[in-house]
Amino acid sequence: MLEKALKGSPKYYTWVGFLLLVIAGASGAYVMQLMQGLTITGMSRDVSWGFYIAQFTYLVGLAASGVMIVLPYYFHHYKKFKDLVIFGEFMAIAAVVMCLGFIVVDIGQPQRMLNVVLFPTPNSILFWDMLVLNGYLILNVLVGWTCLECDRQHLPHPKWSKTLAYVSIIWAFSIHTVTAFLYQGLPGRHYWLTAILAARFLASAFCSGPAILLLVIMLTEKVTTFKAETEAIATLAKIIVYAMCVNVFFFLLEVFTAFYSNIPGHMHSIVYLFQGVHGHHELVPFMWTAVALGLGSLALLIPPKLRDNRKLLPWSLAILVIATWIDKGLGLLIGGFNPTPFETITPYWPTGKELIVSAMIYATGALVVTILFKIATEVKKEVGASQKPAAAAE
Amino acid sequence: MNHTRRNFLKFMGLAAAGLCAGSAGSVLAASGAPSVKKGPQALSAKRWGMVIDTKKVGTKETIEVLAKACHQAHNVPNIPGKQNVKWIWAAGFEEAFDQPNNYMDEGLEKREFPILCNHCTNPPCVRVCPTQATYQRPDGIVAMDYHRCIGCRYCMAGCPFGARSFNFMEPRLHLDLANLNKEFPTRMRGVVEKCNFCVERLAQGKQPACVEASSGAVVFGDLSDANSEVRKLLREHYTIRRKPSLGTEPGVYYII
Repeated sequence: MLEKALKGSPKYYTWVGFLLLVIAGASGAYVMQLMQGLTITGMSRDVSWGFYIAQFTYLVGLAASGVMIVLPYYFHHYKKFKDLVIFGEFMAIAAVVMCLGFIVVDIGQPQRMLNVVLFPTPNSILFWDMLVLNGYLILNVLVGWTCLECDRQHLPHPKWSKTLAYVSIIWAFSIHTVTAFLYQGLPGRHYWLTAILAARFLASAFCSGPAILLLVIMLTEKVTTFKAETEAIATLAKIIVYAMCVNVFFFLLEVFTAFYSNIPGHMHSIVYLFQGVHGHHELVPFMWTAVALGLGSLALLIPPKLRDNRKLLPWSLAILVIATWIDKGLGLLIGGFNPTPFETITPYWPTGKELIVSAMIYATGALVVTILFKIATEVKKEVGASQKPAAAAE
Repeated sequence: MNHTRRNFLKFMGLAAAGLCAGSAGSVLAASGAPSVKKGPQALSAKRWGMVIDTKKVGTKETIEVLAKACHQAHNVPNIPGKQNVKWIWAAGFEEAFDQPNNYMDEGLEKREFPILCNHCTNPPCVRVCPTQATYQRPDGIVAMDYHRCIGCRYCMAGCPFGARSFNFMEPRLHLDLANLNKEFPTRMRGVVEKCNFCVERLAQGKQPACVEASSGAVVFGDLSDANSEVRKLLREHYTIRRKPSLGTEPGVYYII
C-alpha cells in the first residue's frame, strides 16, 4: 500500500517537500545541539526539563486520543466510527514517533540511549514508559496496517487484529498513566505530587487529542475525496466536550485542595503560574489565556446548536487545543520546577534553537500523518467508503 | 565444495552476527562493579554520614573554603549562570530548610548553611534512574557512573534537595586545565554529576575533601557505629536534616 503515498497531486508533493525542507533546515539546529550540548536550550540547573519534555507529555495525550474512536467502535459496536478508526490509529503512530523524537533530542548523551534496554531497571518509570510507548507504536502499526490492507482487498479483518485492537485500547490508557507516573511519584515537586495527575492527564488527553484529530480529519476532507459521516463528527465533538468538562473539573479539584488546606507547598506553584511570586510573572498572561480559552471552548462546545455548527467547530476546537497546550505543554513543566527546592524562582523560556529543534520533530510528525492519511484516504477512495457524493458518482 | 556467491554471503552474514553478539557480550561484561579501587588503608563503614556544625561554618566565606577544596578535588567546572555545576555551596536557612520562621533569631537569620548531596537512605534519584547510572553502595553512599548516564535528567527532577547538576556544555572549557586533579576524572558534556562523599578518597584512607578543609567543623563517620564521632556529636547536639518529612532519610545532619 505504500505506493499510494508516492502518487499524488502537485499540492501533495509541495506539502511533502515543504515538510522535508523544514526537517532538513531545522536539523541544523539539532546538529548544533549535538555539538555544543543542551546549553543551546533555555533549561537550567533548576528547570532541568523544558519545552522538549513538555511537548513529549502533550503528545502522549495525542497518541492516547485515538482510543476515543477505537473504544466506542470495538467495545460498543458504534458503527459510525468505522471509517474513522484508521485515522485514530495512524494519528497515534505519528504522535508516538514525535514523543520518541522529543525524548531523543532531550537526552544529553543520545548515543547511549540503548543503556535503558541494556540495563533494564524496573524501578524507573522511564523504563516502563519506554516499554509502553514502543508497545503502543507496534500495536497501532500492526492493527492499522492489517485492517486497512484487508479493507482494500474486501476481506474480513483477521481475528488476531481484533484481539490486538482490544489490547491497544487498554494500552492507550496505560501510556498516559505511566507518563503521569513519571511526574507524580517525585517527592518534593508539589505541583506534580498529586494522585489526580494521571486522571488529569487522561482527561486532557481525551479532549485535546481528539480535537487535534478532528481538526486534521476536517482538513483531510478539504483536500481529499474523503467525507466523514456527520453523525460521527458530532459524536466525536460530544466526547471532546465531556472530556474537557472533566479536565476543567479535575483542575478545580487541585485548586480547592491547595487553597482550602492553605498548605504553602500546594499553593506555591499555582500562585506562581497565575499570579506570580518574588517579582516573577512570566507565565501569568499565558495561564489566564488558557483559562479564558478553556472556558471559551466550553461555551462554544456545550450548547448543541453551536457544537453542531460545522463552520464554528474548527475554531472551538482550535481554542480548546491552545488552552490545553498551555496548561500541559507549558505550565505543567515550568510550574512543577518552580518554586525550586530552595523556594526560589528560576524563570525558564525556550530559546529559538530549542523551538527550531521542536519544529523539526513536529514536521516529522506531520510528514508521518500526511503519508499515512494519504494511504488511508486513497484506500477508502478505492473501496468507495465514506466518499463525497461527487466523487462517488465519478 | 561449491563456492557460490550465496554461500559466501551466508558465511559473511553469520560472521557479522557473531561479531555483533561478541561485542555486545563484552559491553555487558565490562559494566558492573564500580571503578573505585580500594587501597590497603581504605576507610569503610556500614552507613557513612556527615555532621556539620553550622556555628563553625556558617558564613559564605567559610563555606567557600569547603567548596573550593571539593571542586578542586573533583575537577568541578566553574560555569557562570543558570547552567552551573556545583557539588557543595552556601544557602540561607529558608532555602536550606523547609521551616519558615517570621521571627528568627538574628544569628540564625544571617547564617549560611553548606548544601550538598544528602546521600539519602531512600534516594529518589536512584529509584528513578533508568540505567542504574546512579546507584547506592552498601555503605550508603549514592554514587554515579558517568559513563553510563544518558543525561535524561530524571534524577534532577527526582531529587528534592536540588543537589544535582547537569553538564549542559563541555565542562573542560570551564576548568583550569593546568591545575587539574589528575587522580579524579573530568566529565563530558551531557551527563549529570553531584557530590560523591569522596569515595575515591575514602578508598585511599583519606577523609572527604570538605571535611579536611573544615578544620573540625564538618565531621564524617559511620552512623551505624554508636561509638563513632558522628554519633557522639548527634548525641550531644540538637541537629536537623533537610526536608525530613519526605522520607528520604538524609545522611547529612546540621548542628544548629
